[in-house]
Order: sequence, then C-alpha cells, then structure tokens
Amino acid sequence: MVTVAAEKKKASLIIIGGGVVACATAYNLAKKGMNDIIVLEKKEIGNGGSCRNAGGVRQSARDVRELPLAMYAVSNIWPTLSDELDVDVEYVQRGNLRLGKTEAHIKTLTGITKKSTDAGLDVKMITGDEAREICPYMSDEVIGASWCPTDGHANPLHTTLGFYRKALQAGVTFISGVKVNGIRKYRGRARFVDTDDGVYEGDNILLCAGWESRAIADTVGIELPIIREFSECMVTEMEPDMFPVMLGTAESDFYGGQTKHGSFVMGGMCGMEPYVSEKDRFITNSVTAPCLSRGIIKYFPVLKDVKIIRTWSGWYDVCKDKVPIIDNISEVPGLTIAAGFCGHGFGISPATGLAVSELILDGESHTIDISGLKYDRFRAKA
Amino acid sequence: MTKIVRTAATEPFKPMPDDDMIVCRCEEITKGEIRKAVYDGMSTTNEVKRWLRCGMGLCQGQTCQKNVQSIISRELGLKIPDIGQITGRSPVRPVVMEVFANDVLDVHEEA
Ligand SMILES: Cc1cc2nc3c(=O)[nH]c(=O)nc-3n(C[C@H](O)[C@H](O)[C@H](O)COP(=O)(O)OP(=O)(O)OC[C@H]3O[C@@H](n4cnc5c(N)ncnc54)[C@H](O)[C@@H]3O)c2cc1C
Repeated sequence: MVTVAAEKKKASLIIIGGGVVACATAYNLAKKGMNDIIVLEKKEIGNGGSCRNAGGVRQSARDVRELPLAMYAVSNIWPTLSDELDVDVEYVQRGNLRLGKTEAHIKTLTGITKKSTDAGLDVKMITGDEAREICPYMSDEVIGASWCPTDGHANPLHTTLGFYRKALQAGVTFISGVKVNGIRKYRGRARFVDTDDGVYEGDNILLCAGWESRAIADTVGIELPIIREFSECMVTEMEPDMFPVMLGTAESDFYGGQTKHGSFVMGGMCGMEPYVSEKDRFITNSVTAPCLSRGIIKYFPVLKDVKIIRTWSGWYDVCKDKVPIIDNISEVPGLTIAAGFCGHGFGISPATGLAVSELILDGESHTIDISGLKYDRFRAKA
Repeated sequence: MTKIVRTAATEPFKPMPDDDMIVCRCEEITKGEIRKAVYDGMSTTNEVKRWLRCGMGLCQGQTCQKNVQSIISRELGLKIPDIGQITGRSPVRPVVMEVFANDVLDVHEEA
C-alpha cells in the first residue's frame, strides 16, 4: 500500500506538472542518484496531453531543431523502454503513411518529405498502389503517400505511468491535488513555489506544466509564447489485427492507428475548434466524432461498420514556432523550463526526460543537441 | 482534487485469497491486478483505468466502476470522492462509425 508520508515541502528539486515530461525527467534524475524531488500535479498523473494523445512516435515531418530528440528516442530509447520500465509500452516501429487523394495533396506531401530527407531521414513518396501494399484496406481514392518506415507508435498511458512508477520506486515524491500559482525568487534564485497547499521550496525548480506553464513562468517575468489548441480523439471497439502502421493525411482529416489491444485510436479536428473550446473542462463536441468518422471512411471504407466506444479531448501545447522550449533560464537561476511541445511531445518524451535531467544536473544537455530550443529565441518582426 | 502524497511502498505486496476475482468484465481485470496497481502507485480511478484498462471496454465502466472505486479507496484509506471517477463521455452506447458519419444528411432528403 502507498503510505502517506509526513509533510514534505522542501526538496533539491520541485517539478511543476505531472505529465510525461515530468515523470521521464524525474526517472532519469533518480537513476543518476538525484531523488530528493517533489512533483506537484494539480489533478492526477497524466491529466494533460500525456494521457490524452494518440501515441504517435514520429521522426518524419519534424522540425530540424527537435529532430535530434526524435532520432535519439527512436534509435536509443524506445526499442528497449518496455524492459527498462517493466511494463509493455507497446512500441511498434512499422512506419507512418501520410495519405493523399488529390494532386494538391501530393504536392503538400512532397514538400514535407523533402524537408525530412534534407535533414537526413529515410522518408519517400510512394504511389497509391505501393501504399495499398503496405496497408491493403485503403480505398482506391488514395493516389499517393509519404512513407517513413522508421516511424511508429506506443501506448502513452503505460509510458507516462510507467515512468511515474519507476521514479516513485526510486524515491521521488509525487503530490497530486496541489495547484501551483507561481514561483518566487530568493536572493536572485528561483526558490519558492506558491500553491493552494502553501509554499514549497526547492534548490531548483523545473516547470513542465504543459500550456499552463505560461502563466506560471509569467510570475517570475518570463514570457513563454505558448497557447492551447483544442483537439479531440476517439477510440473504436477491438478489431482483429488489420494494420500496424500509423496514419495521417495531407488534408489532416484524421490521424491514428490500431493499438496492440485491437482498438483504433483516431484523432483530429472538425474545424470549429477556436469557436467552441473556450471552456476549461475537457469537453467533446457533438460534431467532431461524426466529422472524423467521415474522414476515416473515405480512406478506409472497411472501417464503416466498426463501433466508436468513446471520445475525449485535450489541449495541444502550441509554441509560437512549433517546437518546444527546453532550457535553463538565465534571468532566473535555478529555473528550468520544458514546455510547449506543440501536439507532438509524446514521441520525443523519453529523450526529453534525458535532456532535461542533464540540463538540471550538468547545466547543459550534452547527449542530445537541443540548442535550437532555447527560451530566448523569439523576436518581434524586424 | 484531494491532495494525495505518493511515495514508494515500504512493505511487500500482500496477496489476498480473492485476488483472482474478475472485477472489470469487459477487459477481464481482476481484484488482485487492481490492488497491485494501487500498490504500484496508481492512486485515482483514472490512473488505475489508464494503467490496467478497467473501465475502457465496451461498457465504459458502467458495470464495474463502483467496485473498482471501492477497491482503490479501501487500499488507500481514502474516500471515493478523493479518488475521483472516470469521465462520462459520448457516445453513451457504442455507435457504428457509418451511423455517426451520417449526421450531415438532411432528414428531408432521405424521406
Ligand atoms: C489529442 C492529442 C493528441 C496528441 N497526439 C500526439 C501524438 O500522436 N504524438 C505525440 O508525440 N504527441 C501527441 N500529442 C502531444 C503530447 O501529448 C504532448 O506534447 C505531451 O504529452 C506534453 O507532455 P507534458 O508533460 O509537457 O504536458 P502535460 O501532459 O500536459 O502535463 C502537464 C501537467 O501539468 C499539470 N498542471 C498544469 N497546470 C498546473 C498547475 N498550475 N499546478 C500543478 N500542475 C499543473 C497538468 O494537470 C498536467 O498533468 C497529442 C496531444 C493531444 C492533446
């Protein structure tokens, strides 16, 4: 049984937010011997994007500034993560197809593919028939696709909670139900964390509260250009193994794939999001699942008889230039920020955990190049 | 949400005679698996669900949620409101994709 420890409010490191970035970082730090850590989460572990995403682990169509994280995760961490975390994270590396139905789609896909090949990635354009060889259930309307054989997907729930469990076992303290209001400096360094449960205190502070990091960073004068963007997902009943590839479309009608369990997890947007998503609760809209269903059936007519059993929603953590901020903050010594993963932070999260642990312990990320992700890279128009 | 402090377990997991009992019928999750998940740190109804899949099947927890909650709350010594419930979501019953997709059809056209 989990024992409720005596009131602990002081640690070497306070982590704000209990998502996959927090859990992976805490795990990496504890592995290196630093486990005097308190993680503060306002609701429950994985409440944010980390347990709401579709599990895509993708290198293709990544910005070159975050490609090193994606490539490191795919080459060095994902293949053995199940063993490391002692839970099946259901990682499969069977490729990603991005589908096109019109000449305009093919043009879009060719452009994205070129960017990835320029960055040294194995991605290519293939014909509709070649795509149907990879995934035979696809409609004849598909005339071409981009294909990245080294992309894949994994189970975000097992990954997030798997990192959490290992960090917990290694001595990290997690406290849920505590909402952080702000950070305060003491003698020029980040030191106090104000919460609805009083003041917590750390020698170092890591802020990784997703899109909500912005308001917290603001309390020490750091402006993070991150906004939230609403997105929905749905899941079907269990089906026999049909295809292991991850799918997307040029038109972004939907994305997703089949999980190890057999259900299809598919996500996307209905186009009305900015006008219906002002609520802070994770609502779902009645028009979105039908819209996604139409999109899916166009590409995969065979799925028309499959039942949807659940829908849900989440917020993308969108940073201005579509890559995250992962950096130590020089104006606020002792503060590290890792936020703004722009709706694709899950796939790189195991590598992010490693990079952030090095930032905190050694002052820099020496294993993975994250020099393009600095917090002070934003400029107004010249 | 109620504040819950989680730290590593200090005693080994204690099996119970009725651990083999199936609690979530859709996903075939046993009482022992739920108790072990709590022992491993899963401390809310959602966390246990996301770790084990209990409540993620066809009935979406409509059959087992109360039993799952009472096991978790007993293991943790917390009240049911403290551990929360899984979010009720559309659709209430499984809906065939093609039926869902039809919402744009004008009913008068059909007639
Ligand atoms: C619908 C959807 C689909 C996605 N699909 C993919 C995909 O296929 N592949 C991919 O790589 N990525 C995907 N993503 C993106 C990915 O989920 C996120 O980038 C990633 O989970 C970010 O992790 P995080 O730990 O930074 O943030 P989060 O998981 O959002 O964690 C932040 C945590 O901080 C907590 N918090 C916030 N404010 C406070 C406060 N004031 N005090 C205390 N705690 C606080 C929140 O409750 C939350 O638990 C998707 C996201 C969504 C929403």
